[in-house]
Amino acid sequence: MNRSQFNYLIGLSAFFIFLLGIISGLGFLWWMTAGSSNQMLNTEALSSREFLFIGLMLILLLVVGYFLHRAFKAYFFTVKELAEQMTLILSANPTHRVQPEGPSEVRQLGQTINAFADRFQSLLADDEAKILKARAQLEEERNRLAALVSELAEGVLVCNLEGQILLYNSRAKQLLSSELDKPVNGSGSGGFVGLGRSVFGLIDYDSITHALEDIGYHLEKESIRPVSNFVTSATNGQLIRARMVPVLDQQKELTGFVLTLEDITQQSEVSTRRDILLQSLTEGTRASLANIRAAIETIEEYPEMDEERLEVFRKIIREEAEMLSEKLNVTISDHTADLRSNWQLDPMLGSNLIWAIRRRFEEKLVIETSVEYEEEDLWLNVDSFAVVQALTSIMRQLKDDFDVTKTTLRLKRTGRIAALDMIWNDAPVDQETLWVWQNQASIADGEGFPLPLKEVAERHGGEIWCQTDKETDKTYLRLLLPTTNPKPAWHVPIVQANSRPEYYDFDLFHQAGQKPELDDQPLSELTYTVFDTETTGLNPAQGDEIISISAVRIVNNRLLRQEVFDQLIDPQRSISRASREIHGISPDMLKGQPKIEQVLPQFCKFSEDTVLVAHNAAFDMRMLQIKEAALGVKFINPVLDTLLLAAVVHPNQQDQSIEAIAQRLGVNVFGRHTSLGDAIVTGEIFLKLISLLAEQGIETLEQARAAAEKTYYARISY
Amino acid sequence: MAKKVLIVDDEQNIVISLEFLMQRAGYEVAIARNGEDALEVVGQFRPDLVLLDVMMPKINGFDVCQKIRDNPDLQDTKVIMLTAKGREVEVAKGMALGANSYVIKPFSTRELVAEVQRVLEEE
Repeated sequence: MNRSQFNYLIGLSAFFIFLLGIISGLGFLWWMTAGSSNQMLNTEALSSREFLFIGLMLILLLVVGYFLHRAFKAYFFTVKELAEQMTLILSANPTHRVQPEGPSEVRQLGQTINAFADRFQSLLADDEAKILKARAQLEEERNRLAALVSELAEGVLVCNLEGQILLYNSRAKQLLSSELDKPVNGSGSGGFVGLGRSVFGLIDYDSITHALEDIGYHLEKESIRPVSNFVTSATNGQLIRARMVPVLDQQKELTGFVLTLEDITQQSEVSTRRDILLQSLTEGTRASLANIRAAIETIEEYPEMDEERLEVFRKIIREEAEMLSEKLNVTISDHTADLRSNWQLDPMLGSNLIWAIRRRFEEKLVIETSVEYEEEDLWLNVDSFAVVQALTSIMRQLKDDFDVTKTTLRLKRTGRIAALDMIWNDAPVDQETLWVWQNQASIADGEGFPLPLKEVAERHGGEIWCQTDKETDKTYLRLLLPTTNPKPAWHVPIVQANSRPEYYDFDLFHQAGQKPELDDQPLSELTYTVFDTETTGLNPAQGDEIISISAVRIVNNRLLRQEVFDQLIDPQRSISRASREIHGISPDMLKGQPKIEQVLPQFCKFSEDTVLVAHNAAFDMRMLQIKEAALGVKFINPVLDTLLLAAVVHPNQQDQSIEAIAQRLGVNVFGRHTSLGDAIVTGEIFLKLISLLAEQGIETLEQARAAAEKTYYARISY
Repeated sequence: MAKKVLIVDDEQNIVISLEFLMQRAGYEVAIARNGEDALEVVGQFRPDLVLLDVMMPKINGFDVCQKIRDNPDLQDTKVIMLTAKGREVEVAKGMALGANSYVIKPFSTRELVAEVQRVLEEE
């Protein structure tokens, strides 16, 4: 029973008592004014029919009460509900319409409200169209910037002076994010890259402050290039070369900085190994050469030396020469990979490279091309552009000079290298011609590439040659290329082609201080982690476990669909049939997934310093908290529940399920009962609720929590 | 009286050549196989010059050179460092530690003998 229903009951009771009082008063007056004989007579008449009298009184009261209730319901409650719905139209869902019901006056009111709503909606649409048009150009610019930044090979972070991340690209995320298989602790071991998160959780604090001081010095001296470079290790262990450039406002005051990041872990390892190689080669050979030279020169200097002594020196020369050869062999085999040039080679699936070559052959040269693989997922370390161009050049020569019209591309692994063969038959080409082709730069169709195939092969640390298979009489050109094992990317959310680049939010430049008292901060300025769990069943106390946790972040009143946490978990127990029917997650899907011990600390880190939001949060929080002690994590974040907040906003609506609330607020529901889908819908609902709460004067976290506590649903407890 | 040369090197093959060359050049020669040996022999043998290899196990040539220079009794002992380490910084280190000369392997034996002679004649 809500407050207005309670007030109504109290009012009705008071009215009854008042009515009874009036009737009793009238009766008493009539009694007093009647004569004593009449009083006697009436006493007799009343006492013989007292039940009839009381009954009549009650019936009268009930009839009056019934009509009163009808009138209240029709004119009071319906109007109150209409008022609630009008607020909804005004603030959250302009497409919502009231259902005109009840007496004609109320129906008329309903129709008028709907007419107003139609007008309001069309006005809004007009406004929105104008705003959209005005924004379109800006958005296009933004998207261009987004595309540019996201395609950069370097990681990019833009931060304000508090170290909060205002912009990042996917490369930065890849470079700095922690991985699931690495332990997480409070002080580091990687973190999450996200808008509004602190850069200091990802890159060493001292390195950044030092670079900022450096830039401050440059600015003071009015240097033309206020840039600071440094090498540091990220908290996830990667060795990073960073370059900091200042962001200045119109008064040329420092307001933030841009960091470009490059992973030099591997580069550094290779260069260290090269140094060692160079050192061991120079020092090792010098010593041996010194011994040989000394021996030879001694023999030459003293030709009269006796045979016995001469033999000693000969032996020295032999031994040292052998040692020198051995040393060179060992060094070459150990360091071949490092001796390759530092050409930019990228991991690429062999099948993708073949596809690119084939397309080029077919489209540019009209060569019928077939392919043969021995291994579908063979990864190569290549400069695909160079390889495709160089092979196309050879193919063009084959076509022009030898009328070759068909070819087969074959890719196979031989140990740590891959052999890419270009096979053709019926056109033997002499080695000398091929040698010339391999060594000449190809310039054709205006897209010449200055590197001949031979050089391309060398730059890959590979080889190239041509031979004829005597059994099949087919000639093939073989290019050896290095293989690689690419590190699988963990957890890269799929960005929809038409989705906005949501990870750009320069408004954070104007954020209030870094960590003010959360409770007093406006709801629209807080950072939230909206999350949902799916479980094996509904009884955490009886051992039901989490099988999926998903979350999405809200920063600066925007739902960031790219910043998600979405992880299935092996619960190491069965899933109840009822639950399986709801979320559709089968035990097969959970095989090989990480356990809660790995996932929960990661989620704790992901949600650090944010307000947790969930629908029916009591349940989800219980699922998390039950694991806290065993896993040594603690969720101390403030929590808001959309179920309770919806009840605060619409106390007279009975159905507070996600679907019902979403429908009322005009939120599209998709992917329900996948935990990520639920988290996203809950996030959208929460954003609408923030503005509805503001209309009720509920603007801060503290106020929202207090209002939620008062609602009926707060009593649900798991 | 013949001048005394101590050859300190852990590589047998170079020691054979150097010993032969120094003897033929008229010097009295002693051999030490490593840094520790060298410090012991240098006290007894009292060489006029030490041909000192840098890269040796345990105590390296730089340490030996430093210890010789720290010993007041050995102030007149000349030191020529022989090394495969050819980097400028290492030459600078050797000279700073008190070596009289620094010869980088591989060297011309004739030049080495001439260098020994030159250093011994230095005041």
